[in-house]
Amino acid sequence: MSAPEDTLAREAAAAEALPVPAEPRFLGLPVSIWPRILAPLVIGVLVLALWELAVRWNDVPPYVLPGPLLVGRTLVEDWATLSASLWVTLRITFLALAAAILIGVALAVLFSQSKWLEMALLPYAIVLQVTPIVAIAPLIIIWADDIDLSLLICAWIVAFFPILSNTILGLSAADHNLVNLFELYGASRWQTLRYLKLPAALPYFLAGLKVSGGLALIGAVVAEFVAGTGGNASGLAYRILEAGYQLKIPRVFAALAMISLSGVAIFLATSLISHLLLRRWHETALRREN
Amino acid sequence: MPLVALRGVSKRFGNGTLAVRDVDLDLAAGEFVSLLGPSGCGKSTLLRMIAGLGAPSAGTIAWPGRDEKATGPGRDLGFVFQDPTLMPWANALANVMLPLTLQRLPRAEAEQRAAAMLALVGLKGFETSYPRELSGGMKMRVSIARALVMRPRILLMDEPFAALDEITRHRLNDDLLALWAQERFTAVFVTHSVFESVYLSQRIVVMAARPGRIIADLPVDAAYPRDDLFRTSGEYAHLCRIASGKLKEAIGP
Repeated sequence: MSAPEDTLAREAAAAEALPVPAEPRFLGLPVSIWPRILAPLVIGVLVLALWELAVRWNDVPPYVLPGPLLVGRTLVEDWATLSASLWVTLRITFLALAAAILIGVALAVLFSQSKWLEMALLPYAIVLQVTPIVAIAPLIIIWADDIDLSLLICAWIVAFFPILSNTILGLSAADHNLVNLFELYGASRWQTLRYLKLPAALPYFLAGLKVSGGLALIGAVVAEFVAGTGGNASGLAYRILEAGYQLKIPRVFAALAMISLSGVAIFLATSLISHLLLRRWHETALRREN
Repeated sequence: MPLVALRGVSKRFGNGTLAVRDVDLDLAAGEFVSLLGPSGCGKSTLLRMIAGLGAPSAGTIAWPGRDEKATGPGRDLGFVFQDPTLMPWANALANVMLPLTLQRLPRAEAEQRAAAMLALVGLKGFETSYPRELSGGMKMRVSIARALVMRPRILLMDEPFAALDEITRHRLNDDLLALWAQERFTAVFVTHSVFESVYLSQRIVVMAARPGRIIADLPVDAAYPRDDLFRTSGEYAHLCRIASGKLKEAIGP
């Protein structure tokens, strides 16, 4: 087969000889990226400016609606308290997310190995998912001695289902002919799982992870609201409750902003992980030039 | 002694369809056989049963010359699907290595053998390319390399080039014949193209549909190597006419 080898090699060489159209860069980033950064930024600044102006012109008292400048100042002034609380909430969030990944993936793999197990247990996972967490949080807080543990359980309940259901879907999404091929080569269950089912499930798992990251944060905050723990080791939700009772509304807003920004950061981080893991092969991560 | 012997093989699917009825077929070691027929004639089903994917409902498929202990599953059999069926998350080399990996060969040896096989199908230099970076024809070459990396005694192909354009298909036909001449495997090639079956094979088994059955077994007595000269010869045209006639019979009025 020398002819095609020559031709293919020549084609490849010819393709490499063509100059790649290099995109001009500005401040180190490709020019086409900038509108995606600037457009939302401009809208954000515009809305904040209008908000500030509206508050000033109408003399809205800060305990009804503080302007963004006041919120920003509060954020700086109360940073010590708020950042300590943020850390508490984030710790619960990440522990819950880690537990959701571990248990979600483990259950999905178990279900893929035994249909009986899936049929027996999946309905209860769904029950857990559709029951509102606010309704069961008080029970969990009563049952679990440790408040941290109960918060963790609540956040985990909210976060784990998307990972479980997406990974279950992904594990059965492998190309049917590839499954046949593995059968043909006498692959063991473990080999089929490792070389075929797990890689095929990766994009699905990552889609679940993106959802679960945000849900873990929401679960942690909701559980804190229900638990209402005081003291130094309390999370952002408690700070919001506390500030609300004391009519320190700027502080409520500052804490809210921290929660939102954390959620955005988690989403960006999971998106980045997903992009890095899939960019070489998966359709969703490809940039089309045509 | 044939390599594979099918006796009275039938296949009925769960929905009641009789896909294959009472097939007797001997495949000799080293020969190139095409299974030619209209869609729905059970040629793919037959091929998959030879591969061991799905047991026949009746009849036997015997491998008289096969030493089961020495071979084990999949060791002396390569299968090429109509789609390249590559793992999108693995590069070309890792895809070709798959059968060796599943046999737990040492990694270094597996890599070396897979790289050699990629070079043999004309893809030297594309080891680290991912399937999405390859053209349809190149993906099919990777798929063929994967099927041949175990140096199987028999290569089963299920309409492998049907989805490719004609120029690519001709080139892959020639390269397949060159590989066959070099590696001396038994080739079973499922196709619905008269021209492809005549160009490639020593023997054409024509099948008819509803129920799937063999209606003719035509020898193709033309010398190898075959090339464009053969493709334009009167002999080729004559053979195509015979095969076409049989295929017309298979399709019916």
